[in-house]
Amino acid sequence: MKALSIKNLTKTYANGNQALKGISIDVEPGDFCALLGPNGAGKTTAIGIISSLVNKTSGSVEIFGHDIDSDLEAAKTHLGLVPQEVNLNLWEGVANIVRTQAGYYGLPRKLAEERTEKYLRELRLWDRRNDIARSLSGGMKRRLMIARALVHEPRLLILDEPTAGVDIEIRRSMWDYLQRINAEGTTIILTTHYLEEAESLCRHVAIIDGGEIIEDAPMSSVLRQLQREVFVLNVDGELREAPVLAGFETSLREDGDLEVVTSKDRHVNDLFAELDRNDIRVVSLRNKANRLEELFMGLVENKPGAEE
Amino acid sequence: MNLSLNLVAIRTLIHKEVSRVFRIWVQTIVPPAITMTLYFIIFGNLIGRRIGTMDGFDYMQYIAPGLIMMSVITNSYGNVVSSFFGAKFGRHIEEMLVSPMSNGAIIIGHVAGGVIRGLGVGLLVTVIALFFTRLEVAHPFIMLSMVVLSSTVFALAGFINALFAKKFDDISIIPTFVLTPLTYLGGVFYSISLLPEFWQGVSKANPILYMVNAFRYGVLGTSDINIVHAYAIVLLFVAILFTACLMLLNRGVGIRE
Repeated sequence: MKALSIKNLTKTYANGNQALKGISIDVEPGDFCALLGPNGAGKTTAIGIISSLVNKTSGSVEIFGHDIDSDLEAAKTHLGLVPQEVNLNLWEGVANIVRTQAGYYGLPRKLAEERTEKYLRELRLWDRRNDIARSLSGGMKRRLMIARALVHEPRLLILDEPTAGVDIEIRRSMWDYLQRINAEGTTIILTTHYLEEAESLCRHVAIIDGGEIIEDAPMSSVLRQLQREVFVLNVDGELREAPVLAGFETSLREDGDLEVVTSKDRHVNDLFAELDRNDIRVVSLRNKANRLEELFMGLVENKPGAEE
Repeated sequence: MNLSLNLVAIRTLIHKEVSRVFRIWVQTIVPPAITMTLYFIIFGNLIGRRIGTMDGFDYMQYIAPGLIMMSVITNSYGNVVSSFFGAKFGRHIEEMLVSPMSNGAIIIGHVAGGVIRGLGVGLLVTVIALFFTRLEVAHPFIMLSMVVLSSTVFALAGFINALFAKKFDDISIIPTFVLTPLTYLGGVFYSISLLPEFWQGVSKANPILYMVNAFRYGVLGTSDINIVHAYAIVLLFVAILFTACLMLLNRGVGIRE
């Protein structure tokens, strides 16, 4: 049984926009899956259909074996959703929001109280439990939406850009928390524009563009497709021009750092050997672009029919 | 359908709706109290003394049941339409839509919230009325059942309005251009026996006339219409509107693309 099984899902909006053109995705229980794609690719529409906020045109969706057409109530019981946009009642108290959501899932009052405290504490919102949601910062609102989505302890949690607009510290703490609940058994599907987030968190990646799935594979095998990698080297001393390193493309950046392109079949050791041979000492080294980002751009740009 | 889940969900939703009424009491409770006090002072006391009696009752006594019913109707309607549309507008309606609670439970919870506010405000207006006149309940069962059923009708109507509403203007059009005229022409301030025969016939097409008169019959024991007809019409409206709400919600009208 799959945590999520989508078959030939299509969605055409009333204005004729075909947002999904027959996508199929399977997500295994316990997986941490990234659903990536440019703006307007169809990610949010797909999530809307899975969570029954959007009516599908055709196709099927099963959540832990429960079809959303024939067994919607059970399917919804297994699903938690953290939407892209803040959809909190901003005038409602923090604890009330979580407790009310527990009630909508049929949790008895006492259990609802316990879970509310548990998740508000875990997401570091317990001290703000009596404040209205409007008074929370952007990051706190995001954490409150996660607490609300978890209060019925769903087996599948979908997060639609949960870290958009939050600072790096909160983002890191959210990553830690998501990794923890994933390790405890919650299947997670994440959409994000921060591809380093997807690369570091997710074991599976599906890329959607123009309403179609253009990649659906384990993260490791997707990253293996990368044919090249670009490093930026901060070197000791000043280089007047880019050195010629056998087997590597080099260029000098405006800030004086050295940019080196390596191909998939070369080792980084070879690069350092070449640098040694040219008497260049490296102070620090970093990736120019996130690897997944590079791959993502390549896939989207090379897609048949992509605009020139 | 999981009955216990839905019962908990309904109770939760009612609790949320009632909390909302008390949280914004300045908007929900105070205005009808002030408006109705003014009605009693101006129409009942100042103008009413010149009118004399109507159907054998002081004018103040005669209009009191109608004013109570008017406040119940407008508040039941207003509560559901503003709460549900507010949830749509703020998108926290998604909290309900992603949950396994049934569409029937969503309707019942909201309607119950509207009825509770309607009855609460109705009770407050009754207390205010007692400062101005004496009310003896002639038929308690008819009075209570009719006020609950009428409140349900307008809470359901408010729900439909909220489903179709796309902007805040859309939730004030029906109360302003439909509900208020029908209420004023629904026998709150006069007996339709005062009207020419033609307008009596026209008035009988107004469902609020039946509700006001049946409620007045429950309180004072006098009515312009047959009470059995009133029950038949109100029950029919409850059934039709509830079915309409359910069908619209199942189709996702106004809430799902």
